[in-house]
Amino acid sequence: MANPTGIGAPVRRREDIRFLTGQGNYTDDINRANQTYAYVLRSPHAHARIREIDVSAAQAAPGVVAVFTGRDMAADGVKGLPCGWQIHSKDGSPMAEPPHPPLAVDIVRYVGDQVAVVIADSLGQARDAAELIEVDYEELPAAVTSDRALAAGAPQIHAEAPGNVCYDWHIGDAAAVDAAFARAKHVTRIDLVNTRLVPNPMEPRSYIGEFDRSTGEYTLWTSSQNPHVIRLLMGAFVLGIPEHKLRVIAPDVGGGFGAKIYHYAEEAIVTWASRKVTRPIKWTADRSEAFLSDAHGRDHLTTCELALDENANFLALRVHTTANLGAYLSTFAPSIPTYLYATLLAGQYKTPAIYAEVKAVFTNTVPVDAYRGAGRPEACYLIERLVENAARETGVDKVEIRRRNFIPPSAMPYNTPVALTYDTGDFARCMDMALKLADYAGFPARKAEAARRGKLRGIGFASYIEACGIAPSNVAGALGARAGLYESAEVRFHPTGSVTVFTGSHSHGQGHETTFAQIVADKFGIPIENVEIVHGDTSKIPFGMGTYGSRSLAVGGSAIVKAVDKVVNKARKIAAHMLEAAETDVEFRDGRFTVAGTDKSLGIGDIALSAYVPHNFPLEELEPGLDEQAFYDPKNFTYPNGTQICEVEIDPETGVVRIVNFVAADDFGRVINPMIVEGQVHGGLVQGIGQALLEHAVYDPDSGQLLSGSYMDYCMPRADDVPSFTVAYHEEAPCTHNPLGVKGCGEAGTIGGAAAVMNAVVDALADLGVTHLDMPATPERVWRAINARRPAAVAAE
Amino acid sequence: MPTVSMTVNGRPATGEVEGRTLLVQFLRDQLRLTGTHVGCDTSQCGACVVHVDGRSVKSCTILAVQAQGCEVTTIEGLAAADGTLHPMQAAFREHHGLQCGFCTPGMVMSAVELARDNAGLTEAQVREGLEGNLCRCTGYHNIVKAVLAGAEAMQGQRPAAAE
Repeated sequence: MANPTGIGAPVRRREDIRFLTGQGNYTDDINRANQTYAYVLRSPHAHARIREIDVSAAQAAPGVVAVFTGRDMAADGVKGLPCGWQIHSKDGSPMAEPPHPPLAVDIVRYVGDQVAVVIADSLGQARDAAELIEVDYEELPAAVTSDRALAAGAPQIHAEAPGNVCYDWHIGDAAAVDAAFARAKHVTRIDLVNTRLVPNPMEPRSYIGEFDRSTGEYTLWTSSQNPHVIRLLMGAFVLGIPEHKLRVIAPDVGGGFGAKIYHYAEEAIVTWASRKVTRPIKWTADRSEAFLSDAHGRDHLTTCELALDENANFLALRVHTTANLGAYLSTFAPSIPTYLYATLLAGQYKTPAIYAEVKAVFTNTVPVDAYRGAGRPEACYLIERLVENAARETGVDKVEIRRRNFIPPSAMPYNTPVALTYDTGDFARCMDMALKLADYAGFPARKAEAARRGKLRGIGFASYIEACGIAPSNVAGALGARAGLYESAEVRFHPTGSVTVFTGSHSHGQGHETTFAQIVADKFGIPIENVEIVHGDTSKIPFGMGTYGSRSLAVGGSAIVKAVDKVVNKARKIAAHMLEAAETDVEFRDGRFTVAGTDKSLGIGDIALSAYVPHNFPLEELEPGLDEQAFYDPKNFTYPNGTQICEVEIDPETGVVRIVNFVAADDFGRVINPMIVEGQVHGGLVQGIGQALLEHAVYDPDSGQLLSGSYMDYCMPRADDVPSFTVAYHEEAPCTHNPLGVKGCGEAGTIGGAAAVMNAVVDALADLGVTHLDMPATPERVWRAINARRPAAVAAE
Repeated sequence: MPTVSMTVNGRPATGEVEGRTLLVQFLRDQLRLTGTHVGCDTSQCGACVVHVDGRSVKSCTILAVQAQGCEVTTIEGLAAADGTLHPMQAAFREHHGLQCGFCTPGMVMSAVELARDNAGLTEAQVREGLEGNLCRCTGYHNIVKAVLAGAEAMQGQRPAAAE
């Protein structure tokens, strides 16, 4: 590693100093002169008609500046929150797309639905006044689970969605799958619940809206993963504000995990109302509101079947999923259980025929959208659960059955039966690394030793693949995306040698300020201290799509490389002129332009000065300046992959599952900063483990109340719930179509994590005859599974 | 409205507060010490941990008036006056014990007390000791490493590492 701060070096993060000393600048830390505070009154009912809202007492309360309802916003021409992805059903009809007003008009559809907003001099006053709003509700029956919403006679949630169906979609070749099942020697079948989760970034959502009367410009500070997307959605579709009069700033953002991608009602409310009250308005969710209004994740009911031949080769996969979308369409909701889910159903395997049907359903619950992994954990979960059950049922070892069915590296690029083309991947290599690190060979001895202590030991795998670095815009567009999915960058080489990089990606924990600076310093051959990364402000950066789907490095980083290359190319022309050489003879290396075969050279800093002080400059050929912009639209998705191995020990007396070892061996392509990459894996794994063992968004099926609506009830993983990890990666199969060879690492841990844990739990219980458990594998659930199968033992105790 | 006075990061601080004003609101809204964060409303997440008279306290759990006359240290007061990081802060950076940074101030303040009270910390003690602090980014792996390293560094500095 030549450069201690370059590509491949574990550079310590530049953003850490401000976060460690309390100098971070999150939205709620910002205070504007003459600022007011908003409190949003929410529906206490899952489904109700609003007969009347009386805000008069609230308006008269101390400190209250204004109170607004949905009717006020509608009367002012405010439109509903838009959906960014359109799916078509099997029959070609477009999905049902009911309106989603920022404040409810006439009907509320989930507990937490926005009903009115109070704006006051202090938050306490706004909150107090909200209690004085009288809403006359006529309660309606609610449908909370997708089963109930689809049942005959279910309450109708939107007039636009008969039977509460948003779409009924499919992918793959049903006839080929049917034929393969007909000749199968063995079929493995499971019914699975992929539980509803609450993403829970530690910073609650927070917004400040401000209107400048002198310029007619609005500014929104927002805890968003993608400020330009918010500007586009809110400006063009909801409030009718043109781009040049709307600035969106996403400053430091305390975690996202998908939940901060979407355009939320409160963003539109504070922006719109800031003009009405001509004062800045701050709104910050408390955690209870976050549970009731941040988009949730997952929530699938799935039946899946794998057909195998006599040698345990996979012949076909058939999947039927019902996806709960909640009460309204969140920004990217329709794409998650379709193109981010079913297209991944080949996994790492050469299963020749796959067919999946997905029915998406409206229910009286919080809207559901992408949460870390977004569709891909759901796909991995069912595939890997099926693979391990198939291994058990056929008596083929779980390693051998995978090895037999892996797509070999020689088959790359590989077209799956579900529309993707994997560019590279060496799946056996990752599994072999994991086997070694997990000492798979020693497992039987450890299991026997645990058994002597009265404990049940199990080992489970997840061999995952994900499509990320989303996405080629033309592909996404053909699949229903209503946006492009490129990324932008501007690289400004300043006269005296420092560089400012403006990126359309947004960092909310990923460490872009460090990783991107490493790339730029490395490419230019300049000290990392001379590079500054700027993100998160639409008035500074070119139109960018933001950070989600593990895309920042693969797409945003590639845009930066493109812009850097443009700067170098221009600088080379300038250097050729200054060195009086042909451009083709000028080489660039380690920050210097040299005429090949001579000692004539100039540093890039000298060129930059000349670009801005163009006294000796090819003015007839080039414009002055050294400032280039690039947009990068990827040619394909990237395909990170790997194998995770989880080993658990279960106490049969209590049902407590303890993770005793967890190994992840990954292929992320080339790695820029291994320290950051490993940190991403750790965090991702714990979100997977959280789903497997702890977390669950539970609704009362009748009342539609969110029962796990706080940290008292929703079991977030804590430090003593999880183990330390062994993490490894290889760089032998770099991405073939982006300039860095990178694939993305942000979601990998979560994509495999839950499957590996649950496979280990089922493995531990298999000797007792347990073949299936749903998540979360809580002590109670595990204890019941154990004791349901040993009544004699229980009776004897 | 009652007036409350306390010493915050070594300096006197006085303000008028409502009876219901929480210590964290006083710190954030009146003193503009926004390094102390609010991540929940049930005293579960620990993003708001500060030291009150040397003990770690969730500042969302006590009223500002309860801190009358107390010595309060927030994350802004942990580094030396010249900007040198406290050993625990330095260890979090060295071991990548933070990502989005939101839980970090509370996590560091809890870790400092944990290390000060327990010589020879083990991984299990660290994991148990940080039970009151939620992090959604790191998976705790690197936080645990950082706290162990920070604790060792603090031991090495004693008695000079007076906060």
